[in-house]
Amino acid sequence: MTGKQRLESVVKYVLMFSALMSILIVVMIGIFTFREAIPAFREIGIIKLLTGTVWRPGQGQYGILAMIAGSGLVTLGAVVIGVPLALGCAIFLSEIAPPAVKSIVRPSIELLAGIPSVVYGLFGMVVIVPLVRNIDVPGNTGFGLLSASIVLAVMILPTISSVSEYAIRSVPKRFREGSFAMGATKWETMTKVILPGARSGIMSAIILGLGRALGETIAMIMVIGNSVIIPFASTDNPLSIFLSRARTLTGNIAVEINYATGLHESALFATGVILFILIMLMNSSARMLIGRKKWEKK
Amino acid sequence: MHINVITKYAPVAVLGLLIALGACGTDSEETASVEDHPLSGELNVAGSTTVQPLAEVLAEAFEALEPGVIIIVQGGGSSVGVRSAVDGTADIGMASREIKLSELQENPELKIHTVARDGIAIVVEPGVTVDNLSKEQIRGIFTGEITNWNEAGGENLVITVVAREEGSGTRAAFEDMIMDDALIADNAILQPSNGAVRTTISVTPGAIGFLSFGYLDDQTKPLAVDGFLPTEEFAASGSYTIVRPLNMVTNGEPEGIAAVFLEFIMSEDGQAIVATEGYLPVR
Repeated sequence: MTGKQRLESVVKYVLMFSALMSILIVVMIGIFTFREAIPAFREIGIIKLLTGTVWRPGQGQYGILAMIAGSGLVTLGAVVIGVPLALGCAIFLSEIAPPAVKSIVRPSIELLAGIPSVVYGLFGMVVIVPLVRNIDVPGNTGFGLLSASIVLAVMILPTISSVSEYAIRSVPKRFREGSFAMGATKWETMTKVILPGARSGIMSAIILGLGRALGETIAMIMVIGNSVIIPFASTDNPLSIFLSRARTLTGNIAVEINYATGLHESALFATGVILFILIMLMNSSARMLIGRKKWEKK
Repeated sequence: MHINVITKYAPVAVLGLLIALGACGTDSEETASVEDHPLSGELNVAGSTTVQPLAEVLAEAFEALEPGVIIIVQGGGSSVGVRSAVDGTADIGMASREIKLSELQENPELKIHTVARDGIAIVVEPGVTVDNLSKEQIRGIFTGEITNWNEAGGENLVITVVAREEGSGTRAAFEDMIMDDALIADNAILQPSNGAVRTTISVTPGAIGFLSFGYLDDQTKPLAVDGFLPTEEFAASGSYTIVRPLNMVTNGEPEGIAAVFLEFIMSEDGQAIVATEGYLPVR
């Protein structure tokens, strides 16, 4: 074996080792979290844990339905606010913006991804929360789902926007040219040809954003109020549910783990398992969507 | 060759010996203290995250006096503190609340050493015009019965309750001293630290919450309780009553390093550290 070949094989094994390590770490975290959660599943029961509405560890009541609802609603809110914004950015960057503008906008969006989440939380606490407080609904303090959704929408914007932009750009050029050749306007080409062509990529971008939203912790703790209640609408307008305070699954763990012992600690790990499963489902569906490209199938 | 090495290094060795002897002569005080307390070994302290920073400072000061001792201070919460003292995981447990009757019944050997005290202040957002509340009013506000400041002598402004999360020692002490068996309202905003509670109150009109004395500043307005403002003087004199003990617990009478460390904490020097860290000394 020559020196070059030996180097090749060393590099190969080093790389393989890195790949195996990352799998090993994921598996270890999964096993550890699940093992710690077993006492909770056994003593409280999965059904009771998932459907219980009262969380008072001091009184031995462990129901995480309120947190599931909180995580679900805040993620929904973030998607409703964030997806149109992110898609707008993506379309603007890939189709409309001249290079000079692009060179300013794209790094700015990428910068959003680099801001630590505690800074988002602080910004939300002192800027967004007081703004939301101006909505005149009884009991509205500004802390709650709406503020959290707005903060989260900005946080998932870079993920969704950059993956969607990539999807839009990877729509074959001939589609676009064909559309123009048939006399379609730019707008028609965009809405009828390019966006449908990039649909699976955009869907996976949104799902990646959802995963990010579900996992966000510290910024949520700072603006959502952390009350263990199932969010409710305080007026006739069902949208006022977004002014309700809530707690997320991640927030539940982060807020209480410092003091938790015994069954309480195990119940927090069980919260983690639920979260783990939810995010795994999200990511695998995103993977399925990425793997499927419309124009390749036909 | 061999001789060469000796002659080469002999002067260095002699010099070193002289320096060592000289050090003994001038630093006789330090040498004496090591002789007085030939302590060496490890001391494990665990429990309340409220007592932890104080214990860390005390440990550092103690380690400077007793160079042979290593003190390891860990968090975990008050309940963990009591439990680890009982099961021997820690030599000393820390608890930022009274030791529960149930804990004493289960472990009659438990010895409680109150090393400092900490006041809990009731604070409001500075825009609130109320200056004084009775304990009953505070309880009414935190249970959610009183929802507007105009029911407590203030202006027409909705009250927002801010509290600590379940499991917090500060919350447990507040519940002990104010709430009796009543529960803090479900819709209270919960924040996981004193600092977060303070910021939340300061940005929320009409907000009320509770803070450890160490966290009082001009971001929030402290309220008088039954006529007495939360100051160290009133807390020390017993007029301000929302004061909790910061306890260290041992399983049986403390022995060895634990005994000397606790003695140090209760000494004048130890209590001076307690005061500079912002807690109330116990002597």
